[in-house]
Amino acid sequence: MSRRIAVTGIGVRAPGGGSTKEFWELISSGTTATRTISLFDASRFRSQVAGECDFDPVAEGLSTQEIRRMDRSAQLAVAATKEAVADAGLDVDAIDRHRIGVTVGSAIGGTMSLDREYNVLSDGGRKWLLDHEYAVPHMFNYLVPTSIAADVAWVVGAEGPVGLASTGCTAGIESVAHAAQLIREGAADVMLAGGSDASISPICVACFDAIKATTNRNDDPATASRPFDRTRNGFVLAEGSAMLVLEKLEHARKRGAHIYAEISGWGVRANAYHMTGLRTEGPELAQAIEVAMRMAGRSPEQVDYVNAHGSGTLQNDRHETDAFKRTLGEHAYRTPVSSIKSMIGHSLGAIGSIEIAACALAIEAGLIPPTANLHEPDPDLGLDFVPLTARPADLRTVLKVGSGFGGFQSAMVLTKEGGR
Amino acid sequence: MSTTISGPNTGTEAGSGTAPRLRRAVITGIGVVAPNGFDTDEYWDAVLQGRNGIDRVTRFDPAQYPTQLAGEVADYEVRKYIPGRLVPQTDQSTRLSLIAMDAAIGDSRLDLATVPEDQVGVATGISVGGLEYSQRELEKLWSLGSGHVSAYLSFSWFYAVNTGQISIRHGLHGPGAVLTGHTSGLEAIAQARRYVADGLPVAMCGAAESGMCPLGWAIELTTGRMSTVADRTRAYLPFDTAASGYLLGEGGAMLVVEEAGHARDRGARLYGEVAGHATTFDPRPGSGREPGLRRAIEFALADAGVTPADVDVVFADAAGVTELDRAEAAAITGVFGPRAVPVTAPKTMTGRLYAGSPAIDVATALLSLRHGIIPPMINVTDPVPSDQLDLVLGRPREVPVSTALVLARGEGLNSAMVLTAP
Repeated sequence: MSRRIAVTGIGVRAPGGGSTKEFWELISSGTTATRTISLFDASRFRSQVAGECDFDPVAEGLSTQEIRRMDRSAQLAVAATKEAVADAGLDVDAIDRHRIGVTVGSAIGGTMSLDREYNVLSDGGRKWLLDHEYAVPHMFNYLVPTSIAADVAWVVGAEGPVGLASTGCTAGIESVAHAAQLIREGAADVMLAGGSDASISPICVACFDAIKATTNRNDDPATASRPFDRTRNGFVLAEGSAMLVLEKLEHARKRGAHIYAEISGWGVRANAYHMTGLRTEGPELAQAIEVAMRMAGRSPEQVDYVNAHGSGTLQNDRHETDAFKRTLGEHAYRTPVSSIKSMIGHSLGAIGSIEIAACALAIEAGLIPPTANLHEPDPDLGLDFVPLTARPADLRTVLKVGSGFGGFQSAMVLTKEGGR
Repeated sequence: MSTTISGPNTGTEAGSGTAPRLRRAVITGIGVVAPNGFDTDEYWDAVLQGRNGIDRVTRFDPAQYPTQLAGEVADYEVRKYIPGRLVPQTDQSTRLSLIAMDAAIGDSRLDLATVPEDQVGVATGISVGGLEYSQRELEKLWSLGSGHVSAYLSFSWFYAVNTGQISIRHGLHGPGAVLTGHTSGLEAIAQARRYVADGLPVAMCGAAESGMCPLGWAIELTTGRMSTVADRTRAYLPFDTAASGYLLGEGGAMLVVEEAGHARDRGARLYGEVAGHATTFDPRPGSGREPGLRRAIEFALADAGVTPADVDVVFADAAGVTELDRAEAAAITGVFGPRAVPVTAPKTMTGRLYAGSPAIDVATALLSLRHGIIPPMINVTDPVPSDQLDLVLGRPREVPVSTALVLARGEGLNSAMVLTAP
């Protein structure tokens, strides 16, 4: 049995992009979609900028009941799923539904709805003993994030393995890796895999305000996300979802599916250091990259492009640049590295999947999306960060990395089908 | 010791793996924290005695709520178990997880210094996060303003907290995974098995959880499935004609899983093997199609290479909700036949521990394998006859136990795990 995994469908709901097509047009043109927060009044918060989706659940075909049942994170995931299934040309009824599974990554699940409903039950934070009579019937779904994966499964009709991975900001990579693993193990033939987070809520913005992890560049929201630039001062919180259709390569070929790319390797390591901090010299991201590369059977010189974590914090810029130099050696200085978070911000457990979608689209288009807002590259980093403008390139081996709270360091290798 | 790493080390739940598993995963350490026992010995003694850990809620005043019973872990001196630095950063869920993990590592007698630090994986299950901590911070946000929210909230609430804190506490630099939902105690153990199968010598896994705060309570009440019976001996009665819903508790179990050769080489005591696991998802509500639990059982048995006749005990999900109990009974008898296998539910003594329940059921099953005794379910006196289950009621049953099946359900997911004697 082959162990090769094909990406055959992509659905994206991201800031500035209500579809995969719009998303790709945005990031390949170097346009930014970060803006002043509009989803709630953030005027009293330290950070007031975000990557928000112009998302209309009614226009996405969700019923009133579905909109009430689902947190925004689930709505985004369901919309992305529908697009991915259509894009893959997947006739779900023609597949044994026991052989279809779902993995969704999410860092914070339904916290937007929990925050809103808590405010009601507590009468604006006045009551510790909450009035349960005011609780909406769907609060349980908001509490337990697995409900997001369940909603996706119902949309697809999946009855195989279904679950939600929640390794913080690497969850969007982990969910895709886990789906690929399940296909390799023979537990499923087709997996809907991706991530979703709806992060633009008071509690979530307050969390990152409290540790000054997000930028306070509130006067210039469109250029607020500045990975690898000497003026970066924190990440821009964002929301979104990407869902991919993954299939056994033979399964995809047999039904004549379009194949964007293959998921060829993955690896994860823990820094076991600090829940939010990174050591520049920490070796774990490099180890994760090495594990992923070995699994993919690729050497460092074969890497054509690195899609960086690139969150826009000094700590991360130094940490991951160090990891690229460790693993790719001299080749690191010749390899284009870019961060699409410069354009759409950091959507926590969703962004890894959105970036994997970007990698697959980049392989298909032969075009590397740039790092926007990069006018003054940090001279201490010294890599080719593809500033401002997309760059044509034949992409056969693409490395995606992520780093998250909890110490998770994650890497994935995507390859062009048949590309060596 | 093998250190070959092929790399697949990720995860949510595991599926019915059909790939050959040459590297077998055995459990060498157990750490339990439960409402009826603060450590494994006390818990095992309690479940054999049928000691009920359920009582009136003390963590908050439950007077205004229709359900006032729960299985709370007894008060403990936090600073005795949790480093002072971590006390202001951690919810009860994380404290219980760290306590159980410490106990499991101690029980395994594994010297972590003998294992390369990047060769130990960590996988935990969780379904509600650090909820009491979150409620306190939500209160500050809405009553005082955003500037009052704790700098620790960003990681004390989120679901990845326990895997992260365990890896930091024990210096474990291998892969980490976080599984979610009420079945995820099993998926975490299955992920540890996968780590071992893929090349790691050791993986830490399990789940311990708590939602004992008014926010958790108010949300849980929306399910309409919490028992409102006030008598602590009559409130949670799975498979009984008087079933009236479930009760919640807090706690769970952490395990040390090792590659069998690694464990034997160092002379470890083996509790048993994680022999099989599978998950399925239920059809969309209203479809009229059969729920997925039976398939999960069949796939897990097949994954373990055992037949229904090999199974000596089933640890049931035991929802205590009429329709869920009937569905579970149908799945069990559908696979095993009527009254063909002993079925038990020690969680009648603790309440349902969120993601911790399936993990503590695995721990209990392993202790059953070791001691040849099946702990009972308590308080159930009038089983629904049509279920045709051989329930282990009131008193433990001493029988040879070499294969155990643990079942879990939640959010439409069905999960089944097979454990075999070493």
